[in-house]
Amino acid sequence: MFDWLFRYANPARFLGLSGAVLPWLAAVTVLTIGTGLYLGFSAPPDYQQGRTVLIMFIHVPAASMATVVYLSMAVASLFSLVNRHILADVAARTAAPIGAVFTLLALATGSLWGKPMWGTWWEWDGRMTSTLVQFFLYLGYSALWNAIEDETKAARICAILALVGAVNIPIIKFSVDWWATLHQGESIVSGHVAPVFLGPLLTMMGGYFLLFLTLWLVRIRTMIVERRARNLMGAEA
Amino acid sequence: MTPFFALLRRDLRLSVREGGGVGLALGFFALVATLVPLGVGPDMLLLSKVGAGILWVGATLAALLSLDRLFQADYEDGSLDLVALSPLSLEGAAAAKMIAHWLATGLPLTLLSPVLSVLFGLPTGAMLMLAASLLLGTPAVSAAGAIGASLTLSLRRGGLILPLIVLPLLTPAVIFGTGMVVEVQTGLATGAFGFLAAFSLATVLLSPFIAAMAVRLNLAG
Amino acid sequence: MSFDVAPYGAFIWPAYAVTVIALGGLIVWTIAKWRAAKAKLAALEKQ
Repeated sequence: MFDWLFRYANPARFLGLSGAVLPWLAAVTVLTIGTGLYLGFSAPPDYQQGRTVLIMFIHVPAASMATVVYLSMAVASLFSLVNRHILADVAARTAAPIGAVFTLLALATGSLWGKPMWGTWWEWDGRMTSTLVQFFLYLGYSALWNAIEDETKAARICAILALVGAVNIPIIKFSVDWWATLHQGESIVSGHVAPVFLGPLLTMMGGYFLLFLTLWLVRIRTMIVERRARNLMGAEA
Repeated sequence: MTPFFALLRRDLRLSVREGGGVGLALGFFALVATLVPLGVGPDMLLLSKVGAGILWVGATLAALLSLDRLFQADYEDGSLDLVALSPLSLEGAAAAKMIAHWLATGLPLTLLSPVLSVLFGLPTGAMLMLAASLLLGTPAVSAAGAIGASLTLSLRRGGLILPLIVLPLLTPAVIFGTGMVVEVQTGLATGAFGFLAAFSLATVLLSPFIAAMAVRLNLAG
Repeated sequence: MSFDVAPYGAFIWPAYAVTVIALGGLIVWTIAKWRAAKAKLAALEKQ
């Protein structure tokens, strides 16, 4: 069923195709984020939060990317295990650091958003807590990759870890939300976003996603080129 | 005796004998229960509020201590290859090892918990519920731990990575496990038991298959 | 479009700063690694 996909997944072909797509992808990314920022700073202050709503426009996209990147990693890992395709190995491995950065950003911006909103730098609410756990999932994944010497073995082993983690994420989120409502003290930010803020928020979320795709493509290309270099060196040895 | 029980008995004997597995886990558990009050102060009111959580975390960490050797010891001396060739499936072997690990760590920790609950001033009802939650939840710790152990068995210094991998996966167990005790302490029903039971059942059932997959990958590489 | 963020400036600007630093750093690092890889391959292919 995915034969057409695998035709383009040949590393050489992928290099060519991604090279053509990349400049456009990067341009659209810049445009989208620029538009999002413009919309964000043009929006009026929220009647409750004032202008701290500006932080929401960089916090929520980062937090959702934390999960989206992990899911992408998991899908790549699935292909890695089932199809044993080297591009899948590379895709999974390169996504992790990007996801980790988004996760850290979500935590940092969340903290800076939380201080004026709730009065504390940290709040053990459902979202922040599961984001924190997710950060550790990324750390463990990368640590395991770096610890295993054989690259192919590392790819398969880490693929299992990524998939086990992926299955766990909804469970963790559910259990943390359950726990947070159990211990509810401070009022938590409601999921309700005023329509005037939806525009910049969705734009920024799109922009962050495009940024991920752009960076991911460049990193995959980098790994392919690095492999080629290594093969050349190995051939001479 | 079937190969399954033979392996189970062997692993169990090893962890009881070397003075490694069982004693270490119990000692660590007791130490944590001693150190935390030294850190947070002797306010029994405070300790009784946090006791369930502290003991759950302590038990989880204690159970993890002996995990890195679960597959690694046999991998290093070649017995894992023998198991792979034996009539017992790798899934069966993983299940046997997982059960042996729980019998050597989770179960003793559960039995020790009422004694340690006294250090935190937990009332009888909470004490019993804590033991029940540990009984239900520690199999999940052994199961998730077995997965982590199988993934890291080829690493010489994998011992540090293993907790990093396994602990995030176990957050639901800690949350629902302590949730069961909180139910007794606050009198509010929250369904924690059902969630923990489901989580434990799922991890225990899935773990042998996932661990076997990882062991195969390691043996082939 | 207004940059008046009173009275929350002390939170908003650091949030944006940390975002720019983190994402900017990620971008720079990604491009640097790509350039290094390309250079290495070009040097090897010349031989």
